[in-house]
Amino acid sequence: MSDLLKVSSSPHVRAKDDTTRIMLYVILALMPTTIFGVFNFGLRALILVAVCIVTCVISEFLFEKAVGKKSTVGDLSAVVTGLLLALNLPFTLPYWQAVLGSIFAIVIVKMLFGGLGQNFMNPALGGRVFLVISFAATMTHFEFDGVAEATPLAVLKSGEAVNTLDMLIGRTGGTIGETSAICILIGAIILILLGVIDLTIPGFYICSFIAFLVLFGGHGWDSTFIVAHLCGGGLMLGAFFMATDYVTSPITPMGKVLFGICLGVLTGVFRIFGNSAEGVSFAIIFSNLLVPLIEKVTVPRAFGITRTKKPKEVKANE
Amino acid sequence: MKKNLERLVNGLWKENPTFVLMLGMCPTLAVTTSAINGIGMGLSTTVVLVLSNMMISALRNIIPDRVRMPAFIVVVASFVTMVQFLMQGFVPSLYSSLGIYIPLIVVNCIILGRAESYASKNPVIPSMFDGIGMGLGFTVGLTFIGVVREILGNGSAFDVPIKALNDYHITLFGLAPGAFIVLGFLVAVMNVVRRKMEAIGKPLPAVQGCLAGDCGGCTLSSACTGKSLVHPKTEEIPVNPKDVAKPVPDTNIDVKQTANTKNTEDVEKSGSDSSYADDDIQGKGDDK
Repeated sequence: MSDLLKVSSSPHVRAKDDTTRIMLYVILALMPTTIFGVFNFGLRALILVAVCIVTCVISEFLFEKAVGKKSTVGDLSAVVTGLLLALNLPFTLPYWQAVLGSIFAIVIVKMLFGGLGQNFMNPALGGRVFLVISFAATMTHFEFDGVAEATPLAVLKSGEAVNTLDMLIGRTGGTIGETSAICILIGAIILILLGVIDLTIPGFYICSFIAFLVLFGGHGWDSTFIVAHLCGGGLMLGAFFMATDYVTSPITPMGKVLFGICLGVLTGVFRIFGNSAEGVSFAIIFSNLLVPLIEKVTVPRAFGITRTKKPKEVKANE
Repeated sequence: MKKNLERLVNGLWKENPTFVLMLGMCPTLAVTTSAINGIGMGLSTTVVLVLSNMMISALRNIIPDRVRMPAFIVVVASFVTMVQFLMQGFVPSLYSSLGIYIPLIVVNCIILGRAESYASKNPVIPSMFDGIGMGLGFTVGLTFIGVVREILGNGSAFDVPIKALNDYHITLFGLAPGAFIVLGFLVAVMNVVRRKMEAIGKPLPAVQGCLAGDCGGCTLSSACTGKSLVHPKTEEIPVNPKDVAKPVPDTNIDVKQTANTKNTEDVEKSGSDSSYADDDIQGKGDDK
């Protein structure tokens, strides 16, 4: 049967966008970051990216083969997961750990819950958090220019000064994809221009995070401190590429706002009051879990139903 | 003798408390960081289970029905206290690594469940074998989980380091999420085996007890709030013409029952002892 003969209920909107195409856009938008990461950290970063992508694709293929499901490798979502996971790893990570993280991301976080569209948290971040908890030593070991050093965020947390220009360009230690704020912003602009993501979630994420920093950061309105926090760590990468994941973010307009604020506040709490310097991945995963609740309380009002009637109807439904 | 053997197999395999009945989840998830801990927990529970089953079975005609729950608790708690002191005296290291979970054996769902559903209705000897079977089933389950978690999380088995895994520890499996993941995978394996055996033509008997929805045969039936957890198979039972002819309200009851089903599942998952808590509340109501 041809795809043209499939009929679904109205409205019949025809668009060229399908999963594969959107995933291609995301990969394209991640290219500046990836290329810069490889340029920044050398060949090993490239191999690590390749290892993650290949493992993700193979484990998705094998899992679907094993349980007798139709292979969905072609939709490129596993490639995106692998790429995002790799960008969230320090380039010195042993390959076998990267392989384990990729398998965990695909098999346990994504496929066991029903595959693409059913996963309750971002697979790449699930994989990253699995690795952070399991291999804390190698996951927090950062080298730059052959010298082991603390990430700018850790330096910032200990109260020392950081070079914000370096952080903006990305000439610092960190995970492969998180260092360069400019490259991530180029990718984000590509995604926004292509209409793949909208600015609601990243916008509210970053704004609420800035608000949190000003209120509780202990520095007041200190622009250097704020810029350093924005460019440091995985905040940019997380805000534009992982918080906006279709599957694990709310679909309601108000829900997106709430989700963004939730992310900003949680990231602030983890970074300012937590033990470790970084908290983006935990904030996003935690907020992912809240998505069903957020969507439940932010169901938009249907056209024609007045505000006064709404509470009654909700009661009747329950 | 055949019945006794059947009780043993029942506990170990058919109604394995860990993988089939899903009872006693709290110690299952909490103490299985290593195989030794798993065995220790399993065996101490087994001892308590066997002794309390025998005692409750011997007293089954003396204990008034109304106060059976407090009576069971007293019996179980006495044995747990003995086991606790013995462990403190003879295996102090195990005692300290199991910690609070030894006194918590008192409220272990398996022990109260077996007392309620088997020992209080059957003679002493079969009750003893039931306790041995269930206890060993629990021990095997805990040991399995413990071994897998210890190998993956700590690179050793039964406290013996595995050289090949020296540099390959996955800390997550020693922590709580690892317990859930390992338990999930082992239950999945159990279910695959079950399905394979059904395909060969040697079906394992359907699950009994709270999970199977045979509320009619359950002594807690009158007090239970989360009744009729419907097993998929019960839906296939051919319907009597009389039942079909019944008026509409019946369907409403069905709807409620399915709603209850969800609640029961939640209760089952949220804590091993919740169903008994419900029961206690109901009991107080009756007394008034």
